[in-house]
Amino acid sequence: MELRTVQTHHVPVRYLAGGSGPALVYLHGAGGVTADDPLLAELAKTHTVYAPLVPGYGDSEEAPEIRDMLDFTLHAWDVVAALSLKDPLLVGHSMGGMIAAEMAAIAPNDVSRLALIAPAGLWDDDHPIADLFATLPYEMPQLLFHDPEAGAAMLTAGRNVTDPGFLQAYLVTNARQLGMAGRILFPIPERGLQQRLYRIKARTVIVWGDSDRLIPPVYAHGFKKGIAGSELVSIPEAGHMVVMEKPVLVAEAVGRLG
Amino acid sequence: MKFTWFNLMPWPYLPDDFRKTNRSVWVDIDQRLFDPARSHEVYNTYMDLLEYAGTLGFDGIGVNEHHQNGYGIMPSPNLIAAGLARRTSDAAIVVLGNSIALYNPPVRVAEEFAMLDCISGGRLVAGFPVGTSMDTNYCYGQIPSLTREKYQEAHDLIIKAWTTRDPFAFNGRYNKLRHVNIWPRPIQQPHPPIHIPGGGSVETYDFCIDNTYSYSYLSFSGYIRAQALMNGYWKRVEERGAPDKSPYRAGFAQTICVAETDEEAERLYSEHVSYFYNRCLHVYPGFADAPGYRTIKTIQTGALSQYAPPVGGYTQLTWKDLVDGGHVIAGSPETVRQRIEEMIKGLHVGNIFCLMHVGNMPADKCMYSTRLFAEKVMPKLRDIFPEYAEDDRFWCKPLAKRVTAGSLPAAPARAPIPAE
Repeated sequence: MELRTVQTHHVPVRYLAGGSGPALVYLHGAGGVTADDPLLAELAKTHTVYAPLVPGYGDSEEAPEIRDMLDFTLHAWDVVAALSLKDPLLVGHSMGGMIAAEMAAIAPNDVSRLALIAPAGLWDDDHPIADLFATLPYEMPQLLFHDPEAGAAMLTAGRNVTDPGFLQAYLVTNARQLGMAGRILFPIPERGLQQRLYRIKARTVIVWGDSDRLIPPVYAHGFKKGIAGSELVSIPEAGHMVVMEKPVLVAEAVGRLG
Repeated sequence: MKFTWFNLMPWPYLPDDFRKTNRSVWVDIDQRLFDPARSHEVYNTYMDLLEYAGTLGFDGIGVNEHHQNGYGIMPSPNLIAAGLARRTSDAAIVVLGNSIALYNPPVRVAEEFAMLDCISGGRLVAGFPVGTSMDTNYCYGQIPSLTREKYQEAHDLIIKAWTTRDPFAFNGRYNKLRHVNIWPRPIQQPHPPIHIPGGGSVETYDFCIDNTYSYSYLSFSGYIRAQALMNGYWKRVEERGAPDKSPYRAGFAQTICVAETDEEAERLYSEHVSYFYNRCLHVYPGFADAPGYRTIKTIQTGALSQYAPPVGGYTQLTWKDLVDGGHVIAGSPETVRQRIEEMIKGLHVGNIFCLMHVGNMPADKCMYSTRLFAEKVMPKLRDIFPEYAEDDRFWCKPLAKRVTAGSLPAAPARAPIPAE
């Protein structure tokens, strides 16, 4: 995958691009996405993948004026337009799934295929979603992965986590990335999507890891119920980071949409 | 110098094994540890102590706002301040302060502070904290990366409400108000003095300097560790082209315990100091600093949350560690005087917030320490900055003639005769 830049109304947007085939737009979760992401590599085998970074993620410029759900949704549409894409296969993971669902709800005639991977956006008092913003780095693997040990290795990726320089860089990255994500996820990752789901016309695949401890799989049913004709693909032995733990199975599920 | 006697109002009955059995003193503290019936006495004792300090010549008595917090049972400082305004006559009522981004609409703060100023006869010193991440984000649900923008708007609205004499419309991002027209309005003109509690944000330095507000560093880690931060502030005062470096542009909170001798101080107060530093500051690090709450600029200057505990935690700190490290200034009046003078000169601060009720300190010890400070320490520290003695920009200006609360005439036996 190659990191490129496209100009939008608010800011220049950084995006990862690669592969060949029909256009696919991938919206990342609150943790961001990198060029070596295993799911992007899988998707790129069959699609031309565009994975724009939310402003403030990675090395991209922040956009203070993007504050609420409508801002995020319209900005994502701005990115699609700036990339000159028409009705791409729209895929989103977690926070990205929330944004993708909103995009499909706000412009139902512009999205015909939608894949939501453990999307945020709904809230059920009986199954509260863990507070990602009060979770310490060492607690993350347990929350995000089916196999926390393997997950921890994927998250740290060989970096020296005890180095003070690393710590400060981590804090800055966190402030930029999760600070931005907090605008639609804090303190409760719900901004009214429930009452807009009915508008979605796209053929929709919902993908969920069976051992998702951040957004429990029970939420899959909320999405399935809300989006007419949607299909649910459950993936065993995968947590919220199903995109890292089972990229081949996720890509297969997304591939059902063509 | 301005000395304010401050009470954080800790809950004094946290169990000995609190750290083991609870992950945080703040946000998700076990509510069962609070006993409402016992709090009746706790509240009244704490208010009595504030009033007592008001009789001993402290310039101010101070309260603050925390939520869901085991060391601060004061979610509404204004309620306490209202009680104090009635029961004291001279001391400034220092509310340090109201977390203005949390009030909806913030006009509420303009109104309540105006009420306090009117009831107290112009004795209000108003504080506008952004609020800790625990209070503002985790307890009160404000979006971290928008908190400062909302705070700024609240500030602008309050100042405009205080200083505009005709109704106005306020079209803010977070507040849309067609008719702002506060009633009552404060006695002090153009408005009560404003102190801004901060924790090292460069943006907050500039905000204070540009508006002639006093910058208050409310730290629990003492004056020695505060030196670098306050140096940064004074450097900024210079860079920003402020007309002077008046020490009243800054305030500092310091835990202080006074006894007849250094040994007596340790004997009397060490258990209460330990209670505070071990139990009351036991904050789950996941609540210390929501991502986006601090600006990038601030993180890059290395200002981390003071609620992130030191490596190894506070438990390892003994009385000697805490006193030597300056977390606590404790000892005989002479020891305390020396160290506070060192602090005042070192940090160049004119407003001292004296944390004299510490942890689970009982009233008698607190009164003893407070009286010794007022009688044997404070008088010797009054004139450290004679060249700024006339600087009244950062302190309240009460009415010269104030009423005494509770001075109704005798109950009339017959219909009063109307005044001619």
